[in-house]
Amino acid sequence: MAAQSNLAWRHKKAAFFKNFCIGVTGFAVLILCLLIYQVSVLGLPWLDAQFLSSFPSRFPEKAGIKSALMGTLWLVSMTAAIAIPIGVLAAVYLEEYAKPTRLTEFININIANLAGVPSIVYGILGLAIFVRFFQLERSVLSGAMTMSLLILPVIIIASKESIRAVPGSLRQAAFAVGATRWQVIRAHVLPSALPGILTGVILAISRAIGETAPLIMIGALTYVAFVPEGPMDEFTALPIQIFNWTSRPQQEFHELASAGIVVLLLVLLMMNAVAVYIRYRGTRIK
Amino acid sequence: MSSEENVILNIDDACISYGGDLAVRNVSLQIFEKKITAIIGPSGCGKSTLLRSLNRMNDFIHGCEQSGRISFRDEDLYGDKMDPVEVRLRIGMVFQRPNPFPKSIYRNVAWGPDINGLEGDLDDRVEKALRQSALWDEVKDRLHESALNLSGGQQQRLCIARALAMEPEIILMDEPCSALDPVSTARIEDLLFELKENYTIVIVTHNMQQAARVSQHTAFLENGVLVEYGDTEEVFTNPKNKRTEEYVTGRFG
Repeated sequence: MAAQSNLAWRHKKAAFFKNFCIGVTGFAVLILCLLIYQVSVLGLPWLDAQFLSSFPSRFPEKAGIKSALMGTLWLVSMTAAIAIPIGVLAAVYLEEYAKPTRLTEFININIANLAGVPSIVYGILGLAIFVRFFQLERSVLSGAMTMSLLILPVIIIASKESIRAVPGSLRQAAFAVGATRWQVIRAHVLPSALPGILTGVILAISRAIGETAPLIMIGALTYVAFVPEGPMDEFTALPIQIFNWTSRPQQEFHELASAGIVVLLLVLLMMNAVAVYIRYRGTRIK
Repeated sequence: MSSEENVILNIDDACISYGGDLAVRNVSLQIFEKKITAIIGPSGCGKSTLLRSLNRMNDFIHGCEQSGRISFRDEDLYGDKMDPVEVRLRIGMVFQRPNPFPKSIYRNVAWGPDINGLEGDLDDRVEKALRQSALWDEVKDRLHESALNLSGGQQQRLCIARALAMEPEIILMDEPCSALDPVSTARIEDLLFELKENYTIVIVTHNMQQAARVSQHTAFLENGVLVEYGDTEEVFTNPKNKRTEEYVTGRFG
């Protein structure tokens, strides 16, 4: 009898824990929905072709987000082009080639630490090195290189984790048929690690899209009435434009900021969709 | 051992250690061409370590050190002139657990010959290897499906086919049946009988009946020491060493 009542109590505890988890998840979803609802109600009326194709203006009805949107696209594509190859190859070196010495351990620990450094610090570094020392000015290139520094640790750590998760038996099987280390990495390790690497890349790029502080630090402009045409042009980005609008007193500009946030979320969603598609193609059996 | 047998691998006074702990102590033995040699012994006796030293798979284990000399057709297996990649394409390996690549059945077999640029038609080579490993009839209509959908026994035969497709001079097998059911085990033993006509096989096994059934020579290892090595029949019916007798009659291990 005692055992049975005990069992009933255990079932109750299990049910309570399950409901607790459902509640917590629901709360998170609810907050997210509220946020999207709020932003949509304010911003959607402003979101039209005119908004997407106009430059900023001091008249809300003429203001648009073209320069910020193009700036963000420039910034993110260049950041991805710089940070993804460097990050993934660094992870491959650290996991597959580097011998487990103290130096390797030291490097690994420091990469983990860099992932936690506040973004403003990267902004200062970018200002000192890229803008001033290399005299790249307040260009898209400066911004992209600063953003690359910011997201490299995230890419390296995620790539390292997923490369490490590839079973050793798979590598041994490949070595046992006379493969070189590069052939093992190219044909087996990287394809198996690809989903995890892409997840890390998505997280990193998403972070780069949303970051404002380092861009302000390196001197990205807040009012830009032109679209960057090359890597050396000055630029602005969506978060900066949104920040700029929210800091104005007029209600119309606050609504414009909401419309900007919707655009930012859509850009993020599209980038994630591309990554999911690549991941789907990469995991199919060839 | 009769004199017409050719020595293909000569292990001379091999010692292998992991981070200072000796796993194989002063082992000397010869592996003969086109024969099956079984290495038996209790768990942790160093038999897998010894096997892995024969195609330089221990190179990947950090802190693994080796002394003594292993000759492969009179060349030093660990000499400066020997390329470990070439060693592994001439000496193939089948592992304890089936480890197919997460690719199609066809690519599993074809990958090794492909990257090494072996001559001849790839399709023919794949078919031949799959026939030799007695898997062809079961998979011929689904060569381009994932190898991971096969059963455990089929996966292990696929791994054998993968090794055979390289037409290696020696195949090393590290307890190839330990993760398989009795029916799959019997199929693989049948396979070994057919393969010994053309291949040299070194097989590590826990299963003494298996060693007695399939091999011509048997080596008994205990605590990294080679206790006895000779014709399988001798080792099992008339062992010279008392420990061997106790082990093969199942009194310990």
